[in-house]
Amino acid sequence: MKQIFEALEQDARLTPEQISTMTGIPTAEVEKTIKKAEKDRVILKYKTIIDWDKLGEEEVWAFVEIKVVPQRDVGFDAISERIYRFPQARSVYLASGAYDLAILVAGKTMQEIAVFVSEKLAPLNTVQGTVTHFILKKYKEDGEIFGGGEGTKRLPVTP
Amino acid sequence: MLKAGSMHTNVPGSYISERVNNIPPSGIRKFFDLLSSMEGVISLGVGEPDFVTPWHIQEAAIYSLGKGYTMYTSNQGLPQFRQEVAGYLESHCGLSYNPESEVLITVGVSEGLDLALRAILNQGDEVIMPDPCYVAYPACVSLAGGIPVLVPTTEENEFKVLANDIEQRITQRTRAILIGYPANPTGAVMAKEELAQIANLAQRHDLLVISDEVYDQLVYGVEHTCVASLPGMKERTILLNGFSKAYAMTGWRVGYAAARQEVIEAMTKIHQYTMLCAPIMGQMAAIEALKAGNSDVKAMLSEYGRRRRVIVKGLRDIGLSCFEPRGAFYAFPSIKSTGLTSEQFAEKLLIEEKVAVVPGTAFGQCGEGYVRCCYAASLPEIEEALKKMGRFVKKHRKL
Repeated sequence: MKQIFEALEQDARLTPEQISTMTGIPTAEVEKTIKKAEKDRVILKYKTIIDWDKLGEEEVWAFVEIKVVPQRDVGFDAISERIYRFPQARSVYLASGAYDLAILVAGKTMQEIAVFVSEKLAPLNTVQGTVTHFILKKYKEDGEIFGGGEGTKRLPVTP
Repeated sequence: MLKAGSMHTNVPGSYISERVNNIPPSGIRKFFDLLSSMEGVISLGVGEPDFVTPWHIQEAAIYSLGKGYTMYTSNQGLPQFRQEVAGYLESHCGLSYNPESEVLITVGVSEGLDLALRAILNQGDEVIMPDPCYVAYPACVSLAGGIPVLVPTTEENEFKVLANDIEQRITQRTRAILIGYPANPTGAVMAKEELAQIANLAQRHDLLVISDEVYDQLVYGVEHTCVASLPGMKERTILLNGFSKAYAMTGWRVGYAAARQEVIEAMTKIHQYTMLCAPIMGQMAAIEALKAGNSDVKAMLSEYGRRRRVIVKGLRDIGLSCFEPRGAFYAFPSIKSTGLTSEQFAEKLLIEEKVAVVPGTAFGQCGEGYVRCCYAASLPEIEEALKKMGRFVKKHRKL
């Protein structure tokens, strides 16, 4: 079964027929497995990695460290939920180390992100402090390297 | 003394030895010249991974260069590397080789093969090998003064070489059996029992087995058996292996030979006078590969596994019969239904559809009627190539 997900994780557009060929698992079974995984939210979403820079679209990303006071009974869950409901927070992680939550924020301008941090995040009553790092350049995302493909350096025919 | 032809014109005659002149040029070479003049070709003609060397392995070599490791190593190779090789052979094949005296680091399996043959062959000695086989096998035997004796293998037997067929060709002059499974160009893998029959033969006739196991880790749903691990075979086997295929390290040129001390000493003698040592950065990189490259091999293997199924099904779907290759990264479909020879097929396919495959005849006469398709290419490339081959096969199908 794992092979089905490994194939899909690499290329979400693969059809059940293609996956069946690649793995040797019958098409019907592949379909059934995927349907069930979608229902169980094992597969959360199918998405595309786009280099918006190349399209000339302005997009600003920031990595925000947040220090919070954990609350009785709910620990970090309640505050995390408060935060992840904002659509600006693209990823939210609880982390070990000098701070508690690490979140990735996206916006159209630096101003937009600054406003979000200062007006939405910082005032939350268990938030003790935030540190915002604006992302200057994306080199790699979800395992994919930005920029031109390096192309093959292989000779076309070798023994 | 003047050479013929040079007397009046001052043009030198041929200085090339008969030994070299008698060796046919590689069938792949000829094809390569045609190919290099073309653009936009999808190549299934390569014999190497499409992955680059895993970064941590590259990084280990860069680090060692930064530290100033730019010198010769001992002839036999870095002691730590030989130790790692011995460890690999222990854990993968259950074999215990002494890294001090039974392991030699070579410049790829290519050098190991050459050394092995030169170390054991007297003029006119015969070496038995399957046909088709890797291009270097017969040539290296001839260069070492030996005579290659080819054993035909067939698609019906999944291109495995049968002990019976070998036995019929054993003579007073037979010195060794040379095999390479998983096989280039066919993708064939020999089962343990089949190898055991060959081992039995070697023992009865007092022959050596030279086993090129460079694809040992690239097997799909079957087990690879190391020839040397069969009872009584460690003393009779020259085991050759390298890092090019499993670790995607073709350009590093590093491999090894493992055999009994007497053989390794003889091979080392030639190696020290001709090569001195394998390049140190390659050795450094390979140490890292052995120490921490296992998960990379697994990841590449599972990707090859997916592609293998796609290409085999795709070839069958377009009407080319193709036995299921269980190892390496080659499919070896029959193109007999087109009525074309292997060379015609490969040449026309390249010109008409810009897809490169290698004619089976580059690997021996028994490769006639087949072409080698390497599936160490991306899935979209493989799918595109299959589409084009489908169109081509339809057009050229015999009526």
